[in-house]
Amino acid sequence: MEVKKFSLFDFVYKYGTVAVIVIVMLLFSLTNPYFFTYDNLTDILRSISIVTFVAIGVTFSLIVGGFDLSVGSTVSLTTVVSASMMVWYEQGVVATFIIPIALSLLVGLVNAFLVVKIRIPDLLATLAMLYIVNGIHMTYSKGYSIYANMPMADGTTAPGKFQSWFLWLGQGEILSVPVPVILTFLLVAITHVYLTYTRQGRMLYMTGGNLEAARLSGIPVNRYRTLAYVLSALFAGLGGMLLAARIGTGQVSSGGSMLMDAVAAAFVGFSVFGAGKPNVFGTFVGAILIGVLLNGMTMLNLPYYAYDIIKGAVLALALAVTYYQLRRKRKA
Amino acid sequence: MKGIVKHFSGVPALQSVQFEVKAGEVHALLGANGAGKSTLMKILTGAYQADEGSISIDGHDVAIRSPQDAKALGIQCVYQEVDTALIPYLSVAENILLDQLVSSKKKGLVNWQSLYAESEKILQGFGFSIPVKMLVEQCTLSEKQLILIARATVQQAKYVIFDEPTAPLSTKESERLFQIIAQLKSAGVGIIYISHRLPEIFEICDRITIMRDGQGVITTETTATSMDEVISHMLGKSFAEEFPKVEVPIGEPILEVQGIAGAKVHGVDVRVREGEIVGVVGLVGAGKTELARLLFGADPKESGEIRLKGKPVRMSSPKDAVDAGIVLVPEERRKEGIFVEESVKNNLSVATLANWSPLGFIRKGIESRQAKDLVQKLGVKTADIGQLVGFLSGGNQQKVAIGKWVNTNASIFMFDEPTKGVDIGAKSDIYRLIGTLAEQKKGILYFSCEFQEVIGIADRILVMFEGKIVKELSRGQATQEQIMYYASGGE
Repeated sequence: MEVKKFSLFDFVYKYGTVAVIVIVMLLFSLTNPYFFTYDNLTDILRSISIVTFVAIGVTFSLIVGGFDLSVGSTVSLTTVVSASMMVWYEQGVVATFIIPIALSLLVGLVNAFLVVKIRIPDLLATLAMLYIVNGIHMTYSKGYSIYANMPMADGTTAPGKFQSWFLWLGQGEILSVPVPVILTFLLVAITHVYLTYTRQGRMLYMTGGNLEAARLSGIPVNRYRTLAYVLSALFAGLGGMLLAARIGTGQVSSGGSMLMDAVAAAFVGFSVFGAGKPNVFGTFVGAILIGVLLNGMTMLNLPYYAYDIIKGAVLALALAVTYYQLRRKRKA
Repeated sequence: MKGIVKHFSGVPALQSVQFEVKAGEVHALLGANGAGKSTLMKILTGAYQADEGSISIDGHDVAIRSPQDAKALGIQCVYQEVDTALIPYLSVAENILLDQLVSSKKKGLVNWQSLYAESEKILQGFGFSIPVKMLVEQCTLSEKQLILIARATVQQAKYVIFDEPTAPLSTKESERLFQIIAQLKSAGVGIIYISHRLPEIFEICDRITIMRDGQGVITTETTATSMDEVISHMLGKSFAEEFPKVEVPIGEPILEVQGIAGAKVHGVDVRVREGEIVGVVGLVGAGKTELARLLFGADPKESGEIRLKGKPVRMSSPKDAVDAGIVLVPEERRKEGIFVEESVKNNLSVATLANWSPLGFIRKGIESRQAKDLVQKLGVKTADIGQLVGFLSGGNQQKVAIGKWVNTNASIFMFDEPTKGVDIGAKSDIYRLIGTLAEQKKGILYFSCEFQEVIGIADRILVMFEGKIVKELSRGQATQEQIMYYASGGE
């Protein structure tokens, strides 16, 4: 075997994201002593926990060669619905969990139906669903955020309130580690193992790698594509519930910005350690990158409306790297 | 072209290659896959840059730095992958006159009437009948190729490269292509002809250049050589026997198909017994691929019954077929047979994972062992099992596409044109592998339009014509002429 020539691009491709995270963190810690404290670091992780849930969902849809634009709306939907279960209808654990989860599964199934059965291109089908689900969540909440003691349409005050066990999911701590951070680590670990070490995970990648070859290899491709869309919606839905638990209200339209962050995280994740394909661990690193950037910018007192510029630039850069690499690979 | 040298990331692909074409000559460029033919042609057409060496036309050195340069010098190429050169959403006429449309000095609106009339005239000049207003995406593979040829010739080409032009064509269409080549030749065009099919090379080419391992081995007049000599130059060793046919006792029937019908297949009966290799031959468009896909559940069947070991099987997807024990190595290797972005190991394990992943977890040790074992058994040339299949040569990719089925418990193996675009060395590996499967009492269905190949390996030959089996011939009885007679509709 000959020694492989060192390529700067390959090196940057593999370790660039991690390097950027380290550099940005160093810069921020130099400008602000508070940045590199345990409190702030857990704060960053807490702030990205929800995006990570949604981004892992997007990762699943990317793995089977699809795309799910409706995740942001699904976040909004389950945020509002889980809040309303407690605040409007005084429901307990069962309804507060089951109904939003069932709704997100339903969104996933409809997505899969449109993309897999009717064969609408994924971007267009899920774009339509983005609006449909968003409209449903607006109609359901009548455009108001849901919080304890909110005034109801008939003039009375909302009967219920956010339950403490629910809030614990978003705000609690175990051994001074925030619960949402623990949940995020759990989800990353479980989905990573699922995708890397199980047959189903492998089949998802094969389906996305070459749909027709997968079908002709006896893989039930439609089942796996459906599974990916359902999981995508499920993780987005769980993210939405976590969001309600963290801020303690059912914020209306709260998932809107989530789509962008999640997609950026998933595409940044393509390149992490040279994976070259969508992967959960990379997605998590991508989410951390975005979290660190946002946290640092907050500390630098940048106006929040400038954040989108940074996030968009991160996405464009990640896409540029991903597609440049793809082109290089094709050429070889 | 003189002293052409090209390296890919340090690995030499071409080592000081000489090549020349005279005006009005058909010059064959031959070589096994990976010999450097495509690389050399890509340098000529400006897709790649040579590291060293020079290209001259009519005695003047020229620099070809881009495909535009090559076109400006009158070098045209009819590519093997026709889809990459055509625009599917545009009409036949627009595609033929594409370069004129692009470089037209005339401003303003497109004159559709003259566009259609002109392209119609060009097609008629060759004796093609393709509706010029049809969209290219609705054309068949051979129509697309004819469009490409038409496009190349309208531009006053001085040199035309044909890269495996007859691969998708039927015999009739090939013959028409040869007429076109003769027309071009008499018009003084220099033609470079790349093909794996030796008989046609000897039919139409004036000279032959053979390449091996990135070097030119020999350039000779066609009349001064023979097929055996050409093959031995390509392989670099004498070619003992092309079809290592193993005699296997034939056992009980495994697959019995009655009156199966679907798109382009109209009521076909097939029977395959243990250890038997049944060849299904026919010209392109006879319905062979369609029959294979029907038997594999890949396309919906309209009627008919499939029995496996006496029991009727119901197949609504390839998964059902695989579960029942029928597997297919499809025709379009890169599109249907392999996962180019996945490793050799992952490609080889895709069909058998379920057998040794009881709790859904992949046993990576078993997977690697199986992959190494298969790589050795099939003679796949790869650095290691982690290599991406996209980087392998065509023949090795095909071995991987076959290899994924070897360890399944399938009883019927179907091969659809398994040697298409595969070099001779890999071809005999594939024949041997099929023989081994027959020895293991598997039933083999071998779909091919290479008559000689089927005569060489099959126990029984079914000739297809227009979606029906028109003749059954046994081994030893069939000749190429006979097959051709029935395959082209003779009674």
